[in-house]
Amino acid sequence: MIPAKFNYIKASSVEEAVDLLDKHGSDTKILSGGHSLLPAMKLRLNRPELLIDISGISDMKAISEDGDEIVIGANCTHKEILNAELITSDLNILAQAAETIGDIQVRNRGTIGGSLAHADPSSDYPAVVLACEAKIEVTGKKGDRTIDASDFFQGIFTTALEEDEIITAIRFPKVNNGNYQKFYQSASRFAVVGVAAVKNGNEVKVGVTGVADTPYRATAVEKAYNGNSDAASHATDGVEVMADHFADADYRAHLAMVYVKKALEA
Amino acid sequence: MNITLTINGKVYTSDIEPRMSLSHYLRETLSLTGTHIGCDTSGCGACTILMGGDAVKSCTILAVQADGCELTTIEGMANGIEMHPIQEAFKENHGLQCGFCTPGMVMTAADLLKNNPNPTEQEIREGLKGNFCRCTGYHNIVKSIQHAAEKING
Repeated sequence: MIPAKFNYIKASSVEEAVDLLDKHGSDTKILSGGHSLLPAMKLRLNRPELLIDISGISDMKAISEDGDEIVIGANCTHKEILNAELITSDLNILAQAAETIGDIQVRNRGTIGGSLAHADPSSDYPAVVLACEAKIEVTGKKGDRTIDASDFFQGIFTTALEEDEIITAIRFPKVNNGNYQKFYQSASRFAVVGVAAVKNGNEVKVGVTGVADTPYRATAVEKAYNGNSDAASHATDGVEVMADHFADADYRAHLAMVYVKKALEA
Repeated sequence: MNITLTINGKVYTSDIEPRMSLSHYLRETLSLTGTHIGCDTSGCGACTILMGGDAVKSCTILAVQADGCELTTIEGMANGIEMHPIQEAFKENHGLQCGFCTPGMVMTAADLLKNNPNPTEQEIREGLKGNFCRCTGYHNIVKSIQHAAEKING
């Protein structure tokens, strides 16, 4: 399979990439690892006229500590995330999620920024980003801004990013009491259901992916929790549950309850 | 577009279209047909090669993205007529049936053993999640990689 024709430019800085995005408009796509975009282009589900390759921008490759926060460059691969000592020690929930993505080869290429910008409703990171209340740092023609995780995901493959904006980094608080639980789609390894829980005494923050067309905070579970994992029965309260050929809505809702319970009890 | 890259220690320069995948570039432009194309959408792992030492699926990388990179394909594993220990282990343990998935299996095994020189059987099976064998010959593939680890570790 061969994608439709496009032009390709390798950007050497974020500013250059933003200028190109601004100049070429909506028929342009940002390329980093390419592990969501290139298959979509081969299947002709997507036919951009220009690809801007940002993978060589080294400023976006760092994982650093900033006080009580950890800042992860958008170009970091899943492999870099699951092996980074700073993450395994102070943000282990993210390393747990990264380890469940795809396979060795996919983790060697796919990036956190690309995964979040693509916003596949069955991808893993959104659950963790939501439960940790991470912030997405973006740069566009009008300058830099920070988007709260709760505002970022807006629908299936849809985010709060403007057309001229690029994710540069993701800023997480340090989290030592989080865990990620996942029911795999057995061929693709995507999440049929993925649940991230961050506990603090009798309080919990729960992010859920794979269940609805937009990842969500399970606020009904959080309200009911108070240290009791039976709160998992509220896993899909107020949520329109997705159905596909891997799991119908009833089964998926049941899985959501089971995996929220696992995450609350882990 | 012009690209220059090093494959199995040899430098190649080519003028190619941006939309050419790295797997097609290897096979069609350079006639390095040891890299196989199965699903062509990053599911099956038949096209796995090493890029900067890491296993990657060459069907889901544009050849232009590999500009300036160092690659190893299955053709670069043997040293002359002397097989790589992983190849030897596949031969000795009947690690292949039809052989279509084998180049990808060997290249993934190279990444796996580089990062985990003494993997358990479970770790090998986890490591091969991205490589499909449609003959379902996984039992001997896992055995081959266990044996390869012993050979490499001496």
